[in-house]
Amino acid sequence: MPSRPMNWKSVVIGLGIVVLLLVAPLFLSRFYIYFLALILVTGLLATSLNIVLGFGGMYQFHHSVFYGVGAYSVALMITKTSLPAFVGFMVAPIVSALLAVVMGLICVRLSKLYFGMLQLSLGSLVWALVFRWYSFTGGDDGIHGIPLPSIISSINTSYYFTLIVTGICLALMYAVTNSPFGRIFQAIRDNPERSESIGVNVKLHQLVGQCIAGFFAGIAGVLFVTVEGSVFPDLMFWTLSLEILIMCLLGGWFTFLGPMLGAAIMVSLRTVVGVYTEYWTMVLAIILMLLIYFLPEGVLGYFLEKIKAHGSGVLREER
Amino acid sequence: MEIAANITLSALAQQFLVGLSRTTILFIVSSGLSLVLGVLRIPNVAHGSLYMLGAFLCYSISLFFGGGSTGFWMALVLAPLCVALISLAVERGLFCHLYDREHLMLLLFTFSFMLLFKDLVKLVWGSDYRSLSAPEILQGSFSVLGMPFPRYNLFLLVLGPLVALGLWFLTNKTKIGKIARAAAVDREMVAAVGINVSWVFAAVFVIGCFLAGLGGALVAPTQNITQGMDHTLIMETFLIVIIGGLGNIWGALLGALIFGLTDSMGVLIWPQFAIVFPYVAVVIVLMFRPKGLLKATW
Repeated sequence: MPSRPMNWKSVVIGLGIVVLLLVAPLFLSRFYIYFLALILVTGLLATSLNIVLGFGGMYQFHHSVFYGVGAYSVALMITKTSLPAFVGFMVAPIVSALLAVVMGLICVRLSKLYFGMLQLSLGSLVWALVFRWYSFTGGDDGIHGIPLPSIISSINTSYYFTLIVTGICLALMYAVTNSPFGRIFQAIRDNPERSESIGVNVKLHQLVGQCIAGFFAGIAGVLFVTVEGSVFPDLMFWTLSLEILIMCLLGGWFTFLGPMLGAAIMVSLRTVVGVYTEYWTMVLAIILMLLIYFLPEGVLGYFLEKIKAHGSGVLREER
Repeated sequence: MEIAANITLSALAQQFLVGLSRTTILFIVSSGLSLVLGVLRIPNVAHGSLYMLGAFLCYSISLFFGGGSTGFWMALVLAPLCVALISLAVERGLFCHLYDREHLMLLLFTFSFMLLFKDLVKLVWGSDYRSLSAPEILQGSFSVLGMPFPRYNLFLLVLGPLVALGLWFLTNKTKIGKIARAAAVDREMVAAVGINVSWVFAAVFVIGCFLAGLGGALVAPTQNITQGMDHTLIMETFLIVIIGGLGNIWGALLGALIFGLTDSMGVLIWPQFAIVFPYVAVVIVLMFRPKGLLKATW
């Protein structure tokens, strides 16, 4: 069967990437390490969005609000309280998850576009609050120069921290999408009415999905703080939400690792094309248009479709 | 933090009028979006970029005709027409092949247009902001209960209802409007009775984009014309269209009223968090009327 060697191949490719990422700080300059860390953080964020978008079929139009809230929670915990930073690291994702539950409770009654719009307005509400609450969040300036624990304050250690946490989160999310919960979630995506009629509590599952996605987005927010050392309201502006939506689409939103690939493509494009021309968004826009025109399944989705691989569960999720 | 410290009758009246003129701009732009969403079902994120383009074009065309009053009036007519022409090319060239794609895909496709327009504007006009002054007849202000109120805003207040009436006439009394409304409900049926739906869609798309350009041209004298002026506006117009009821022109008017007035009244109540009020209003509306206040065409 052709599926066997593919499985083997993808394991080798996966291991190769992991090893490369592990040894990268030995021979790459500071800038590229930062760049890799940014890809990992953005990729984690996009993957967390894809749990509800690709696997749950929910139009999550404003996902970056959980990312921003996670980042702001940890930044505020470090700068405003005397608690150890790692407590902040633990609490921030929980704050994001709680917000996701609260927003989810309001939104899950609706579906598709209406869900997305209510989510967008609630997220914008949070953004507007953060944007204007100068005395607490620093308003549109944000918070800069957040003191990090010394163990992760150098670029290499923060990179390894990001790499390890991202790896663990990806493994956890993969487990979630392949758990019974994940299967039901996909069933809801494909046919909510039929799921409902066989006794699945659709709204509850969607709410739990929101909570999980919000939690991991919060972790991505924490990692952003460890990489960047600052937070600003753009972290939860709706344009970022659309950008990560595009990453999911670009990589392939019916695959598990697609969003990660999409994030890598977007962040690299911005950095590489940005070196040559300040008009990098135009290049991105044209690439996007071509992709939507010709590869509606996304890059990874397209290649998987071509290869028709079935063996590797990591790369391919059955639709 | 001075909460509700400066609410007087005259301040209230002034903010009310300011809110109404903001409403006019919001209504003109969001009615265009509503038309496109209601009939073509394209969530056009690039609508805000067309608004920005309208403002920049208004600036340049006005300069081309030597500035001053003539320049402005020429620009006010020509800038939305240019935007309409651009949108016609885009629709015929690209969108018309994509109508049966999923909404999410169309959303992302229009988002890539938003990125494209953003850089095109940067390429043509640079990153500096521009400003344009209103024609002399609309400069200055008159007093409302002892508070100054700009004449230009009065012009907007007159124009808003005219646009609303024009749109109502177009959708309800003309043949193309009737066909468009029918196509919004069932496009196969309309095609089956021998009407070229594709061109009706193109016309609706162009009218919608014309309104975005008109909104941009109208807003040009009242604020700095900058890159990124589309970012908050497009989200606001989307929310307006949703709370009003998708595809409903009067819904867009109602939504724009809610948005514009909560914003301007918020300035009186709690200036620091004035931008939060419209979002609170939207959330409240959507919690009780998730499909919008008025009947949606979807």
